[in-house]
Amino acid sequence: MNWIGESLHGAVALATAGDARLWAIIFLSLQVSLTAVALAAVAGCLAGAAVAVGRFPGRRLAIVLLNAAMGLPPVVVGLVVYLLLSRAGPLGSMGLLFTPGAMVIAQFLLIAPIIAALSRQVIEDAWREYEEQLRSLGVSGLGAALTLIWDTRFSLVTVLLAGLGRAMAEVGAVMIVGGNIDGVTRVMTTAIALETSKGDLPLALALGLILLAIVLGLNGLAYAVREWSVRRYG
Amino acid sequence: MAESDELVRLIGLQFEGRGHRALDGIDTVLPRKRVAILGPNGAGKSVLLRVMHGLLKPSAGVVAWAHVNTHAPRVAMVFQRPVLLRRSVEDNVIYALRQSARHRHEPAARLRDRAQLALAGVGLAHLSGRPGRVLSGGEQQRVALARAWSLEPDVLLLDEPTASLDPGATRAVEGIIHEIAASGVAIVLVTHHRGIAKRFAEHIVFMDRGRIAEESVAPQFFSAPASEPARAYLEGDLA
Repeated sequence: MNWIGESLHGAVALATAGDARLWAIIFLSLQVSLTAVALAAVAGCLAGAAVAVGRFPGRRLAIVLLNAAMGLPPVVVGLVVYLLLSRAGPLGSMGLLFTPGAMVIAQFLLIAPIIAALSRQVIEDAWREYEEQLRSLGVSGLGAALTLIWDTRFSLVTVLLAGLGRAMAEVGAVMIVGGNIDGVTRVMTTAIALETSKGDLPLALALGLILLAIVLGLNGLAYAVREWSVRRYG
Repeated sequence: MAESDELVRLIGLQFEGRGHRALDGIDTVLPRKRVAILGPNGAGKSVLLRVMHGLLKPSAGVVAWAHVNTHAPRVAMVFQRPVLLRRSVEDNVIYALRQSARHRHEPAARLRDRAQLALAGVGLAHLSGRPGRVLSGGEQQRVALARAWSLEPDVLLLDEPTASLDPGATRAVEGIIHEIAASGVAIVLVTHHRGIAKRFAEHIVFMDRGRIAEESVAPQFFSAPASEPARAYLEGDLA
């Protein structure tokens, strides 16, 4: 049991020492995941709102596909992105493979369906309440979708957090398309996997603790925002 | 009835939904007076109002609004449960103005003035900065009335606007409805509240089972209803 205590002690020392290597990994993780979440938020919320408000042939199938896409296996997504971005692939000329850009694309593909499916549910619930009023005012479909996104913004924060949680915890896809290159594409999850396999438990634990702290902090912030918004805006 | 006294012609209106015929052949010409639609639960009153507003498409029949000064009338509606957006009271009114073809190109300051005027009309100008959804039910309904009034409608459709309010809020809303009517807006009011209908309406449409069972001027309806369902309703035997 002593090695666990020693590892934890080493992890705390690393996390508090301002180790440059550690902070570079943390910074890259946040940069990749936050970029993917920002892009997926725009695409996912718009797609979710369109499906929630729109009435078109195949809408039910679209809902089923969106819900099913929430469970996309990361390694499969990673493999598909790898094939697309590899030198012989259709997007190979962009030279994105083994760059943070490829990791953003992979994470985007993983979390956009989650954000779209969950925001569809949130916005559709609101649409049931607002529909008659908005139609009575002559609000168009796009106008209604944008109004609903704005009016459910505090609930959508929770949806974005679900996406961020998935992005930051993801390891399979970013490992395949990023390659886990030290100083270039190494993020917290791939570093934890690598350091654990090498037996460098203090670094792996330090990264794990920081990852947990970030996720906890973001969830705490989202909870506080939601509570405040309910009190403030009803 | 002279053509200029007509508000709307309802011709052979039917509405069927989920296997139930909610409107079963509505044929009438509503006058440009204060109209109240009465009837027991399930009579089809609210469905008729929604069909008139275009929120529901009739299975058959036509709603033909009489023109006002050569233009089609602007019709607004207030619902039983007001739905306010998660923004300030003033912004709720401005939002409605921005949807209106008549006002959407006006400068922001002008829209704010219009909103303030409408809110002052319902006695809520002092709450214009408050979030709409934290107001009481009565205040929210007054905001909904201000929002509809700000659009300068020719016709205002009111669907049980006092149904979920306490007596004090009901009185306040009733007073505002009288003011809106006095400003020249034609009002069609669906209500269960016989007292409000008696005080407000000049013309009564009584519905039962998706049909118009009786239609007459208000004093005659309340003193000597002609149909059996209307008599039962006024005596409280039909709810």
